[in-house]
Amino acid sequence: MSNKVMSVSNVSKRYGAIQAVDDVSFDVYEGEILGLIGPNGSGKSTLFNCLLGQTRPDNGSVEINGHNASGLSPSKLNKLGIGRTFQQLSVFPEMTVLDNIILAGQEHHGSMFSRLFGAPDAGLTPEADRLIAFFRLEHLRDEMAGSLSYGQQKLLDAAMAFMAGPSIVMLDEPAGGVNLTMLGNFKERLRTFNKEHGTTFVVIEHNMEFVMSLCTRVLVLANGAIIAEGTPDEIMNNQMVIDAYLGG
Amino acid sequence: MMTKRNMWLLAGLIALILAPLGQGNYVVYTLCSWLIFSMAAMGLNLTLGYAGQISLAQSAFMAIGAYTTALLTLPPAEDGVGGLGLHWLVAMPISVFAAFVVGLIIGFPALRVKGHFLAFVTLAFTTLTFLVLRNEDWLTGGTYGLVGMPRPDFGFFNTGKQLRFYYFTLAVFVVFCLLMWGIIRSPWGRAFKALRENSIRAESLGVDTRRITLLAFAIGSAAGGLAGSLVAPLVQFIEPGSFALVHSLKMLLMVVVGGAGFFFGPVIGAGVVILMPEFLRFTEGYYLMIYAATVIVLIIFCPKGLIGLGEIIRNKLRKDKKVRGDMDKGAQL
Amino acid sequence: MEQFFQVLLSGLATGSIYALAAIGFTLIWQAAQTVNFAQGEFVMLPAFFLLAGMHFLGMPFWMALIFGLLLAVFVLGFLFKRVLVDPLLKHGGLSLIIATMALAILMKESVKEFYSAEAQPFPEIVPNGSWDISGVIVSLTDISHLFISAVIVIGLQLFLNRTRTGRCMQATAQNPGVAEILGVNVKRMVLYTFLINGVLAALASFLITPVYLAKFSNGEYLGLIAFIAAIVGGFNQIRGALAGGLLIGVLDNMTATYITAEYRQAVPLLLLIAVILFRPQGLLGTSEGREA
Ligand SMILES: Nc1ncnc2c1ncn2[C@@H]1O[C@H](COP(=O)(O)OP(=O)(O)OP(=O)(O)O)[C@@H](O)[C@H]1O
Ligand SMILES: [Mg+2]
Repeated sequence: MSNKVMSVSNVSKRYGAIQAVDDVSFDVYEGEILGLIGPNGSGKSTLFNCLLGQTRPDNGSVEINGHNASGLSPSKLNKLGIGRTFQQLSVFPEMTVLDNIILAGQEHHGSMFSRLFGAPDAGLTPEADRLIAFFRLEHLRDEMAGSLSYGQQKLLDAAMAFMAGPSIVMLDEPAGGVNLTMLGNFKERLRTFNKEHGTTFVVIEHNMEFVMSLCTRVLVLANGAIIAEGTPDEIMNNQMVIDAYLGG
Repeated sequence: MMTKRNMWLLAGLIALILAPLGQGNYVVYTLCSWLIFSMAAMGLNLTLGYAGQISLAQSAFMAIGAYTTALLTLPPAEDGVGGLGLHWLVAMPISVFAAFVVGLIIGFPALRVKGHFLAFVTLAFTTLTFLVLRNEDWLTGGTYGLVGMPRPDFGFFNTGKQLRFYYFTLAVFVVFCLLMWGIIRSPWGRAFKALRENSIRAESLGVDTRRITLLAFAIGSAAGGLAGSLVAPLVQFIEPGSFALVHSLKMLLMVVVGGAGFFFGPVIGAGVVILMPEFLRFTEGYYLMIYAATVIVLIIFCPKGLIGLGEIIRNKLRKDKKVRGDMDKGAQL
Repeated sequence: MEQFFQVLLSGLATGSIYALAAIGFTLIWQAAQTVNFAQGEFVMLPAFFLLAGMHFLGMPFWMALIFGLLLAVFVLGFLFKRVLVDPLLKHGGLSLIIATMALAILMKESVKEFYSAEAQPFPEIVPNGSWDISGVIVSLTDISHLFISAVIVIGLQLFLNRTRTGRCMQATAQNPGVAEILGVNVKRMVLYTFLINGVLAALASFLITPVYLAKFSNGEYLGLIAFIAAIVGGFNQIRGALAGGLLIGVLDNMTATYITAEYRQAVPLLLLIAVILFRPQGLLGTSEGREA
């Protein structure tokens, strides 16, 4: 078994009467592509937000590469090597595609000082161009992000999560609203990245075809708790999972 | 190569150089204060337009700049309040630095909490500054203020005359704009913009939102200090009333009217606030009323200010042109 | 010692009026997430409505009082919400806050130009005179102010906690989304909040103006005090605003009497800065609602 890169223990989060995340514990191993599925409202996004400093969980802890990462701010977690996307599309609409990508990398380069007095692009243009090309956005490089189509913005959003060379990338529904050709393409990109850089992925997705063909392991969440874990094949034949989705 | 934007900038600069020629002292004086307030407002724009925080302390930072410069440049006095008799070139950086540091000190606690706390802290700070300036007359001359700040003499260029002081101010303004432009273009500027557009996403990409906001505020404050450092020798008389809260409000409105978040928005806003009263003389006391009402209407109908309004109009015209282009094609077919 | 009690009492009396303005400020904050920078002018203006009723429309005092109150509710409650708040809420909080700043200037200047730049005498609403209780001079005005404010605050609390409308308003303030689902007419509740703020501002105005005389610039200090009281007490509740108002009234009076008159105004400001530094959720506030 390879190394644990992330270890989640007993994380819970309650919103009023709703137990959004209910005592969740799991580990993420280096180089795997972990799928996180579950019906609408089962707490997947809330779990991400608890792990990534966006909301404070009621209890529980997170370890990343052996270090305690509970209570860290999103920017600190990002510096620890975690790239993420949000379920809602979040790009910077009034900045160019290139600027969006450079922003995603600049805080990892040089010091506060060099970022004020150094090159305006922090020397990141070549790297940004490479990433833009990787996601096939070259023709849109100098367009305002807000003028892109929804699917293109979704790709840009995902691309930003990769810019800082993260060791773990966590994507919340990357496939939503992306057309089929693009989706197949995107899946290939993720796989390539995973192979070439050994990047670990945690992916929330409703598109079963996408999850089952991409992921090496899948977790199923229902009503805030993990109800099943296994390879895609095991999950697809698990009666509890089928019930959760049908009853969901 | 000359881009269209650079041509506009050059034209603006030439206009600024030619503007005071043949004008009376009063007009030149008004132009000076326009440039000075533009700088203060451009600084505030960093805080408001880019970092999305309200600061009501820009007049207090101007006060810090003005009083520091005054006390450093005034000749030593036998009795009463005197200064150190230093050159403006020495006094100015000290004033700017003082404003920057004070900005950091009051911004740090206020920005710990999300929400509009900076607005309240800066409001309190401006009022406190006013009280100190008024009450500590051993240092500040109290309500009588300080008089007779010398205008800088650069040996080959003495700024004593109004027109010369204008060109001196213009030179400082141009250098200031270049510096600001540098900041906006730098990774810091990119982070400022990102913060304004989507602070949550920015934070998840490693932007330390609190630090960046604080820096935007402190740099904006330093710009206020610079403006104050120029006001002292321009007016040659400063008193607490010139830096009261209402002036902070005015500067805030300059930014909003011009267009918060646009580089030159505040210059236009300052122009409206400083120059309009001259044109609206006939309205007498109603001026501020008309102004406030206009601001409200502008905010409601065009929250991006006059520059935003200009853009909307330009886009409309463009669209018309495009449509016509299509029609041309249609005619050809 | 006698003097101490007198100072304390008159501090509480003024503080209770500050509290009215602060409560209104808090209500608006909760209902519409709006920081109303014109709140001080909201307290300044109704006094002039009353004066206008008496001097221009020739109304007797009590009629002018009602006229002033109704006009205040209409202008500061209804019009404020419809004309300014509604169209601006969608642009985000910043525009709205700045618009209320412009509104403050507009109101101040309008009164100065259309009524008078001079301070105007204002009729006493509560009885004058004083009692002597074993050496302590108890001002009847102070007692009446305290009493009236207490009645208003208790009335408001009863309304909010005991009536259906009141409870709906509270639900709306806490979570508009949920309130909507539960069938509360959120828009109407928000409007009620603005109307109540109009009432509170008008009452504070009628009580405080005899102390200061009616002047267009009264709002500057009052507004400052109102939101300092709201923040110091704790933004998210009426209790907080009430405590903050009383505290500032007392502190203000104590400083003026015992420490320094020159820096009297500085005390609430320092208090504000201290609270933001050490207890940003306010003295009575809970840290919730301050984070996000
Ligand atoms: N900020 C919040 N306040 C109150 N309730 C919340 C909040 N965020 C999430 N919830 C509730 O928590 C539960 C879990 O929501 P979450 O968004 O995590 O689900 P999800 O699994 O991501 O669903 P989806 O597949 O639709 O994205 C839901 O019932 C939701 O209503
Ligand atoms: Mg979700």
